[in-house]
Amino acid sequence: MKRSAAYPYLAWLAVFTIIPLILVLYYAFTSVSDGAVKFSPDNFVRAFEPMYLIVMWRSFVLALAATAICFLIGYPAAYILARKVGEKKSTLLFLLLVPMWMNFLLRTYSWLTILERNGIINNALFALGLPKMDLLYTREAVVLGMVYNFLSFMILPIYTALSKIDASLIEAAQDLGAGKMNVFFRVIFPLSLPGVVSGVTMVFLPAITTFVIPNLLGGGKDALIGSLIEQQFLRVGDWRFGSAVSVVIMGLIVIAMSLFYAVDSDEGEGGLF
Amino acid sequence: MKLRMMAIMAIAASALLSGCQGSDDSKRLYVYNWGEYLDESLIGEFERQTGIKIIYETFATNEDMYTKISAGGSNYDVIFPSDYMVEKMIKEGMLEKIDFSGLPNFENVGDRFKNLGYDPGGEYSVPYMYGTLGILYNKTMVDEPVDSWDILWDEKYARQIFMYDSMRDAFAPALIRLGYSINTTDLEELEEAKRSLIAQKPLVQAYVGDMGRDKMIGGEGALSLTYSGDAYLSMLENPDLDYAAPKEGGNVWFDAMAIPKGARNKTGAEAFINFLCDGEVALKNTIYIGYSTVNMKAFEELPESMRESPVYWPSDDVYETCDVFLDLGDFIKEYDRAWTEILVG
Amino acid sequence: MKRLADICSKFYLGLIFLFLYAPIGVLVALSFNESRSRAHWSGFSLRWYAELFKDPEIMKALYYTLLVAALSAFLASVIGTLGAIGIDRMTKTQKKIAMNITNIPVMNPDIVTGVSMMILFVFAFSLFNAGSLGFGTLLLSHVTFNAPYAALAVLPKLRSLDSRMYEAALDLGATPRSAFFKVIFPEIAPGIISGALLSFTLSVDDFVISFFTTGAGVNTLSILIYSMARRGINPKINALSAIMFLVVIVMLYIVDKRQRPKTEKL
Repeated sequence: MKRSAAYPYLAWLAVFTIIPLILVLYYAFTSVSDGAVKFSPDNFVRAFEPMYLIVMWRSFVLALAATAICFLIGYPAAYILARKVGEKKSTLLFLLLVPMWMNFLLRTYSWLTILERNGIINNALFALGLPKMDLLYTREAVVLGMVYNFLSFMILPIYTALSKIDASLIEAAQDLGAGKMNVFFRVIFPLSLPGVVSGVTMVFLPAITTFVIPNLLGGGKDALIGSLIEQQFLRVGDWRFGSAVSVVIMGLIVIAMSLFYAVDSDEGEGGLF
Repeated sequence: MKLRMMAIMAIAASALLSGCQGSDDSKRLYVYNWGEYLDESLIGEFERQTGIKIIYETFATNEDMYTKISAGGSNYDVIFPSDYMVEKMIKEGMLEKIDFSGLPNFENVGDRFKNLGYDPGGEYSVPYMYGTLGILYNKTMVDEPVDSWDILWDEKYARQIFMYDSMRDAFAPALIRLGYSINTTDLEELEEAKRSLIAQKPLVQAYVGDMGRDKMIGGEGALSLTYSGDAYLSMLENPDLDYAAPKEGGNVWFDAMAIPKGARNKTGAEAFINFLCDGEVALKNTIYIGYSTVNMKAFEELPESMRESPVYWPSDDVYETCDVFLDLGDFIKEYDRAWTEILVG
Repeated sequence: MKRLADICSKFYLGLIFLFLYAPIGVLVALSFNESRSRAHWSGFSLRWYAELFKDPEIMKALYYTLLVAALSAFLASVIGTLGAIGIDRMTKTQKKIAMNITNIPVMNPDIVTGVSMMILFVFAFSLFNAGSLGFGTLLLSHVTFNAPYAALAVLPKLRSLDSRMYEAALDLGATPRSAFFKVIFPEIAPGIISGALLSFTLSVDDFVISFFTTGAGVNTLSILIYSMARRGINPKINALSAIMFLVVIVMLYIVDKRQRPKTEKL
């Protein structure tokens, strides 16, 4: 139980994440002119052009929407699970993760089969004599794909936070005459906040840079930050601009998350489970 | 205790990093190909014939492959880049010259497929498969003749059109319609094509990668920008579909075989390329894959349904009107910017 | 009233699981489709199952997928748990720095992590003039993106732990090691297990980072599946997914069955 126990972990992360991060910063802050590499803010100047700001804004809004929906439908599910007793509970928790073991691309292709014009939902509507709807290739479909892929990552940490709550605290509140609502909003919810914080982190961060979901379910019609970065690294080979965009987006995430972490008063460390 | 653990970790890490490479490179061949792009029974056949063990890996896009090879640290002997990527890799000195004395079967490759713009001297690559870029359409939804790229801009088909999500492919019809080259490096021409694609955007149901094929098979749209090989396969699944190579001309594409610089088993690589150029082998391969072979000996042996199909085998007239994609160098950044503007707009 | 709430919550959970499993159902159904295309049902067939077992590439990829996932989950749990214990003992400022380092891999877009790790590895090879991308680099990269999740899973459990228990054990003459395994470990075990499970899941599902850090001869299922995209994903993969799904569900059922009687007796 010493501080030094963390050294291998920190050394590992230092080698494998800090060095790559330095590399990204190096690319972001340099440009090539006349064959020589020079320090230059050019990549950032470009990243802040209105066009790219729109791209970032859209990605933020979509990721935020997905995170909010995950929270709204994930919290009650975590609450119900935490209230359950017995061994069945761990099986149910396990079942939350099992769909994620089937390949991501296959899962997303399945959504195409469900949502498309001649897909399962529209065929069902048609059979009922209802008009078909354009469900696929919309922003709603993109958000749905994000919610689907990240929902479990919201439920699990909230569940852990809720199940750690001492039942005697709730009883005490009830004994003191607090109503159901009061118990929930004054006792249970505040105590589950660390779980909410890590859930939000684990949904929002991957959602903002995903590019497969918007390409497949959104029909690639919106430029989003994930595909912009991917395009720079692979298609265009402009690692410098791609790095600058990543640095900007990381900066924005840090700002957004630190505002959000302020909610979690407990030393600012969100626990995952 | 701590020191011992760290020592163990260090040893384990270095053992992991150095890997366990066999010493006899001439008996192993590392092949890097597109997924599902080889009749894999041929691998066993080659191994039995030559005693060389093939380690077969796959990639998804030219760019993935390029990024991986250019970083170094991976030792492939045979790779399968497309036309413009061959050119780019030649320019950057990433390919070995092929020793054609080890490739007697190269004579099976049709003359019109040799020494093309992407490898003018024909020293670095051997073509593998080819095809054209055209329009796959659903006959039950389109009753007029399809012979021009203009139909992709026809408002009658709003939300019924699929375009490719890769920018070079998406720009090609717009550039051709305006009478420009698909390899243009003129900013004005690119701007014009961009405006035309922005005008088209409301008509497009989706910009798709490879799902366009399934979408058309499922009757999800009327028209789709599609490569001939995929069109041919889709038409087998859904008889309502047909394919047209527009009269204004288009793009003809090639996937080729090449040997990256620093390959450890160059003679093995040449033997493998030679093997794939064999008439029988190429025949088996093109039937399995469904894309058009460049091998004339295999072509002559094909079943009539394939040989006579204008989709599988474009006529000389069509072939003549088509251009090959060339590497644009740094100008690709302008395409990227224009493409982002289209998607943001 | 109580019953009604009970039924409602069961119904709600049912909806959530329906949502999570609907696409898996589609996947399983498509594995029996005669046609190669997802878009066209041309009859029931077991042909993809038959072809699956004749495909050594897929079997090899499955082997590497499971091996990397299991090893990286284990290593990440060991390193991450130690990391969490150390971090738990740090001062507030140190803790903040450590937590920020922990967040970097979570925050970085996969493509940036993948490409920059590839550059790092290749640079190290040229420095030592040895080595190539392969299983080792693949494993290192997976441990790297899993370790923070493993640490994050254990930290809240440590926070709720009473450190006086550990000290009491020491006072009673336990060695630090046995005090750890007898007192601390059982308390934080659920967190470690969750972290390991999560790591396993992330590892199985990763494509981008794996693609750039693996080398010739070592493929994972994700890489294989993504590389099929241009030519159309072979339904053999659907068949494999259906089998994997069945195996997991059967295993879960057995474990569930074996645990049930015990709890009922209690």
